[in-house]
Amino acid sequence: MNFSELFKQTNQLCRLSPDGKYLATCVQYRLVVRDVNTLQILHLYTCLDQVLHMEWSSDSLFILCAMYKRGLVQVWSLEQPDWHCKIDEGSIGLVSSRWSPDGRHVLNTTEFHLRVTVWSLCNKSVSYIKYPKACQKGMDFSADGRYMALAERRECKDYISVFVCDDWHLLRHFETETQDLAGVEWSPNGCVLAVWDTCLEYKVLLYSLDGRLLSTYSAYEWSLGIKTIAWSPSSQFLAISSYDEKVRILNHITWKKIAEFEHPANISSTKVVYREVEKCPVVVSEDLSSSQITVSSSLFNTQMLKPDPDRANPKVGVSLLAFSANSRYLATKNDNMPNNVWVWDMQKGGLQAVLEQTGPVRCFAWDPRRPRLALCTGNTKLYLWSPAGCVSVKVPVEGCFQVLSLLWHCSGDSLILLGKEQLCLCYMETEDAPKP
Amino acid sequence: MGDQCGMTMTEHTLDAKEISSISGITMSPSRQYGQTTLHSSLSLHKSYSGFSPFCSEHSVTQCISYINQEACSLGLGTVCIDLCLGGEGLKAVPVLNLLYELLQINRRHQKAAEELETQQMKNSSDMEHLQHSHSRLKDQLEHTRRENSGLHEGERQLQLKIKTLQRCLKSEKEEVQKLQSIISSRASQYNHDAKRKERECAKLKERLNQLLVEKRDKKLAIEVSNPVGRSDGKRGLWKTGKMEARHEGEMYKALLNDYEARQRALMVENTELKKVLQQMKRDMVSILSPKKPQARGEASDDSLEQVCSDGEEEMCEASRECVEQSCEQAREKLTNSIRQQWRRLKCHMERLDSQASLVSAPDREGEGEELISRQVHEEEVLRMRLELQQCRDFIQTQQQLWQQLSSPCDDETAALLSGCYTLEEKERLKEEWRLFQEQKRNFEKERKSFTEAAIRLGHEKKAFEDDRATWLKNQFLTMTPFVDRKRPATLESHSTASSGAEAKMISTPVPPAKSVSYSAFTTPKTGSACVPSTVDLYRTLRLIPESSLRSQGRRGSRQDFSSLSRDLTKPRLHNGTADCSLLSLLKDVESPT
Repeated sequence: MNFSELFKQTNQLCRLSPDGKYLATCVQYRLVVRDVNTLQILHLYTCLDQVLHMEWSSDSLFILCAMYKRGLVQVWSLEQPDWHCKIDEGSIGLVSSRWSPDGRHVLNTTEFHLRVTVWSLCNKSVSYIKYPKACQKGMDFSADGRYMALAERRECKDYISVFVCDDWHLLRHFETETQDLAGVEWSPNGCVLAVWDTCLEYKVLLYSLDGRLLSTYSAYEWSLGIKTIAWSPSSQFLAISSYDEKVRILNHITWKKIAEFEHPANISSTKVVYREVEKCPVVVSEDLSSSQITVSSSLFNTQMLKPDPDRANPKVGVSLLAFSANSRYLATKNDNMPNNVWVWDMQKGGLQAVLEQTGPVRCFAWDPRRPRLALCTGNTKLYLWSPAGCVSVKVPVEGCFQVLSLLWHCSGDSLILLGKEQLCLCYMETEDAPKP
Repeated sequence: MGDQCGMTMTEHTLDAKEISSISGITMSPSRQYGQTTLHSSLSLHKSYSGFSPFCSEHSVTQCISYINQEACSLGLGTVCIDLCLGGEGLKAVPVLNLLYELLQINRRHQKAAEELETQQMKNSSDMEHLQHSHSRLKDQLEHTRRENSGLHEGERQLQLKIKTLQRCLKSEKEEVQKLQSIISSRASQYNHDAKRKERECAKLKERLNQLLVEKRDKKLAIEVSNPVGRSDGKRGLWKTGKMEARHEGEMYKALLNDYEARQRALMVENTELKKVLQQMKRDMVSILSPKKPQARGEASDDSLEQVCSDGEEEMCEASRECVEQSCEQAREKLTNSIRQQWRRLKCHMERLDSQASLVSAPDREGEGEELISRQVHEEEVLRMRLELQQCRDFIQTQQQLWQQLSSPCDDETAALLSGCYTLEEKERLKEEWRLFQEQKRNFEKERKSFTEAAIRLGHEKKAFEDDRATWLKNQFLTMTPFVDRKRPATLESHSTASSGAEAKMISTPVPPAKSVSYSAFTTPKTGSACVPSTVDLYRTLRLIPESSLRSQGRRGSRQDFSSLSRDLTKPRLHNGTADCSLLSLLKDVESPT
């Protein structure tokens, strides 16, 4: 495992191009594009203000930089460095900006969710979509980039509009049976749209692409409901995490629950628990050092936070869900046990491992190729889990570098570690990497 | 004691037996009267005669007549005292008869008095007891009354509490209902408000949109240096009805593709399952088919099964066909065949179970052969025998080794072995030896004390015998008329005292005078003498079986003494066991060295 030197970044704006060749970072109002392999600067663009959001187009040819404070979006071309595009939303303001899947349109959401403006880079045309709903995830593109689902609110009722992204043709428009729709998400195969209701009500609705209601699922009533949902990459499973500290898995044929994963404070002795223990500083070589993680398999009590019931958005329930690339494993994090990451085996339908860290887990991400989970807890270490075991690696850099976030390269061979104002690349040793 | 006296008397006056019995009979009706008259006359006589003798030489005849008269009045008319012919003396026989009669009467009266006394005592004690119990019951009654009233009071209070609690509950329920209604009203109100707000918000948004559109925001613009081509390289198309139809078509195509993919996956799964099913069926058939002739020969009542096995082949074929056919047509057949086979399998399993249970019985060996094939069985037996032999060899070698170790061997090995034993073990053995010595000493001491006690008891018994002899002598002397005449007033009190003493004697368990030593240890006196030694005895009792120790512990102290004495009456046996253990201990001590 090798590490690069540190590079500067701001606002954790660091993105890899979808083709995996380039690395774009924002430093204040400058956008830097590097080659991933050599880390040499290829292009340097200067924006009009500090960038708050940055995004690669799907074909890795353009980069979008949004400056929400000014209501501005600037687009840069990699092929033609002197080409430029500036979109000004004017006095109405801007809260969110994103690429359309084809990489030729920019979708801007204005303040107050007044409308969504669709700007075309091909013919400078502009179109508006009115009544977008301000919610957790009101807009989602299907994985093939062909369709867009948009949640809308009209006359105190929730609607969903399905657009064809090619020409923004409204394909379907239908009302949903929700109190207050919270989010929409396409299945990876793009044929099923999962819609979930507000946290006050546990309700998941599954719609077919043509607007038919396929199924409705509700686990319980009269209690705080869904926190988030996640599709498995195979579209076979839909994982629903909720405030009752459980994850429920629905299958794609009957849309019935096939498994329920609890997150108990006491874990039975048959499960593997990796517990990180504080030790005196150990001399860490460049190799993996597993000395700081102990495997404990006796009955194990985990630290549990007591949520404050009087405050909004209580820190309870499962908030993070992620399937591994092969849909075999599911990683979860329960908010009232912030130090733990739970890994579930979908084949066995049970707990595979628990990783208990010394600090609260900030971020975890699956290797896009292998069943390998990387996580960070805001300290100087990177933790990796695979079915074979668990390792922690101290990032061998000068000064204080706390890993706050991380993202994988699409090949799964390298990993970008993001600190507060710096970033570092971590190269996996592909030769002897564990095969899945 | 009275009986004993009576016996002695009867021995003396064997010839007068008949008369006494007759007189006894005749006397009984007028018993009460006679007694009183005798008493009164005697007292009367005493009063005037004082200490002067009743009869003098001059008044013999008067005395005789008086006595005769008295005897007549007592109903002893048949006996008459006459003077001798010479007038000098009395005829001895009637006098003696009369005397004997009188003595008999006297004794009877005494006995009756004693009985009455004891009766009286018993009654009084009963009375006392009853009074006690009466007062106790009264107290109890009073107590229960008080308790009852207390409980009543408690009940009353509890009922009051219940009432208040019920009231509380009612009010709480009302409160809850009120709150619920408030909540629901609030909820509806909030919902309404939210909707209103949302509507207002939507109106505002609309207005804002309108304003934005009307105002033509100058800043709202896109600046592109030169437009880029579409990602697919095609030109944009006009929105037409044709496009719409195409989109629809594409959508349905996508859906169709998805469904087809899913169907394919299901088909694959289905075929896999069918394969598994086929294999299972084949296995089932192969399991069940060799049983067929046997089942026919064996169980004649299994007609159903026979039918099943008959139709088995066809069923198998049918199911094979079924797999190829579409599901709707074949489902019934398939499930039927599976169900049938399953039933047969179950039957088979049950039979196997029953056979297995039969095999466990030794006399049904023959039937068990089918269950476990003979060869396997024999192999197993052979293997086990081999194992057994191995174990035996192992044990034997171990024993040999042990013997080698324990038997005195040459000095070198002995020294070597002695080194093997830890100091701790030696210490332990020494400790045991010491303990044993102590126990032995104690035992000796005890034995000595027991013999001493026995001697003492012999002495005591002798003394007691002497006492008894003197007492008997005294008793005998008091029974003579001379003493009667001399001390008539003291006689009664003496008899009562003696009877009281007797009763006391009876209440205490009389030691059966079988053997000297036995009685010696049961009396508390000697028991107290051997108290210190019993403590030691307990220690020594560890040598005798545990059960006796336990039983002794359970019994009372009195029984303890007797059981101890019983144990100790067989000192030889006891000693023998002690010696045995001593020997074994000695062996233990010596064997390691």
